[in-house]
Amino acid sequence: MIKPRSVPWFLCAPALVLFVVMVLVPLFLTVILSFHVFDHNTGIKNELTLAHYIEVLSDSYYFEIFWRTIWISALTTLLCLLIGAPQAYILSRMRSPWKSILLLIIIAPLLVSVVVRAFGWSILLGPSGLVSLFADFLGIKLSRILYTEKAVVIALVHIMMPFMVIPIWTSLQKLDPSVQDAALSLSATPFTTFRRIVLPQILPGMLSGSLIVFGLSASSFAIPGLLGGRKLKMVATVVYDEYLYALNWPLGATIAIILLIANLAIMLSYNRVIERKYRRALG
Amino acid sequence: MEKGEFVSLLGPSGCGKTTTLQMIAGFVDVTKGEIWLDGQDITHAKPNTRGLGIVFQSYALFPHMTVLDNVSFGLEMRRVPKQERLERVREILNMVHLSGYEDRFPRELSGGQRQRVALARALVIKPPVLLLDEPLSNLDAKLREEMQFELRRIQKTLGTTTIMVTHDQSEALSISDRVVVMESGKITQTDTPYALYENPQTEFISTFVGKTNLLSAVIRRDGQSLLAQFEGFELPLEIAPSSPTGKAVLSLRPEKIKLTEPGKGHVDGTVTQVFFLGDRWLYHLETPLGELLVADSNTGHANIQEGNRFGLTWAGQSMRLLQDATEQQHD
Repeated sequence: MIKPRSVPWFLCAPALVLFVVMVLVPLFLTVILSFHVFDHNTGIKNELTLAHYIEVLSDSYYFEIFWRTIWISALTTLLCLLIGAPQAYILSRMRSPWKSILLLIIIAPLLVSVVVRAFGWSILLGPSGLVSLFADFLGIKLSRILYTEKAVVIALVHIMMPFMVIPIWTSLQKLDPSVQDAALSLSATPFTTFRRIVLPQILPGMLSGSLIVFGLSASSFAIPGLLGGRKLKMVATVVYDEYLYALNWPLGATIAIILLIANLAIMLSYNRVIERKYRRALG
Repeated sequence: MEKGEFVSLLGPSGCGKTTTLQMIAGFVDVTKGEIWLDGQDITHAKPNTRGLGIVFQSYALFPHMTVLDNVSFGLEMRRVPKQERLERVREILNMVHLSGYEDRFPRELSGGQRQRVALARALVIKPPVLLLDEPLSNLDAKLREEMQFELRRIQKTLGTTTIMVTHDQSEALSISDRVVVMESGKITQTDTPYALYENPQTEFISTFVGKTNLLSAVIRRDGQSLLAQFEGFELPLEIAPSSPTGKAVLSLRPEKIKLTEPGKGHVDGTVTQVFFLGDRWLYHLETPLGELLVADSNTGHANIQEGNRFGLTWAGQSMRLLQDATEQQHD
């Protein structure tokens, strides 16, 4: 017989096994790999070194790529917030059939493969794509979009939008609508009501949305790979290049681990700052 | 409405009383009629320009603000200087007995305390009219009773004209100056609590406000007075002689019936159920007139049991003719 106290463990077991086998073990192997010596002639050697870390952290080439990855992700997060928050607000105020329809439109991008969507954007943003044709028609001279940071940010914002809208929408659902009426009855304008009453309450949703979007953007591969072109590199594409073209697996592993640590550090400190400010009020 | 008056909108759920309140507050568009405040038509004014104090059923406190910030929000919106703001908040919190709770957050307060914060927040702006939307319905019975007296005390002290929406008849009776009864979107009676209880105009009001017995009778004219005719006996009615005669329904409050020995009352009845309510007893009696409710105050004796037989007697004047129940038949 299974003792009642051990039931939770049994229930957790499948997920736990999956997590250990699919995430922890490969991650651990990657960490080990990043400390191995690599020789261009003989490949990976069974000796340990810190050379890859020193190389990545001291070379301005890698610094530039890391910096670009961070600001593209931050910009994507900011744009998602600016577009997603009002969108979620409108969504929460919609009536029944329209609400489901808009929600479906928001989730729809998740139903199409990232690669297909990336190609779609490359067609739209290309030199003879719809966007430049439309700009020509209006007489606006557009600089090149495809294979620049602009294309990457546009496509990332599009793909990440559901991850921003849904958490914000969820926290809006929990809002008591009469709280807004209360603010109005106390002579607050609709704008003040939104800023002082609604916004602080949906902050947790905005925070979790931002964390998801930033994390996914910083580690995104297909979008920068397909829309950034060969020259515009982000960290994930550099890792790919090291593994598949330079065949320097330890260096690729090192970059991946540094990205993971940087990502974690940024997300945790962001979380910490906001949580400290609102912990007591929002529980 | 008079200035300083406490009026209750009483009605069952779904009768339109909350909608009425929301129209006064400006959250729902008025479909017909006008709303006037101090000689000004505010029918189409925006809710944030009306300046009314509102206490919501869910209290609707700002969960991310302290009690102090919650209460001073309205003053802040009115650009009251900080020093005066603090003073007025302190004063009103003192009045609702919440001094010392300034830095708490709403979720750190009990239901009754939240209610008082909501009240303080609505009152601190010194509104011309205070609107209360089922303010006590989320409190337990004991606290609700306490808050009824509190509410009345605070309202009297400040002299704020108040409109309260409630479905609880005892609440409406105990704290209002006047009660407005609503039934499916229509006002059916407006009276002081005593007059409402003693002279319910419709069958609905007589059963909704307090308990009552509904008796079928035939109204007969006898000279200058009117008589209610039952099977086997007649009782004089104290109503205007011009009232219509014919079949009618009469309301008789349970506490107006006295129990006597069998055969000495108007009818005889057998006790079928006994309820003890603390301050009084409530008996169900099976009589030729149907099942009758009788209330008797608790005088320290508990000797009436199910199956006992009693005579029932009451004065003709304590019966009330219900308007909507008469079959109009002028003679």
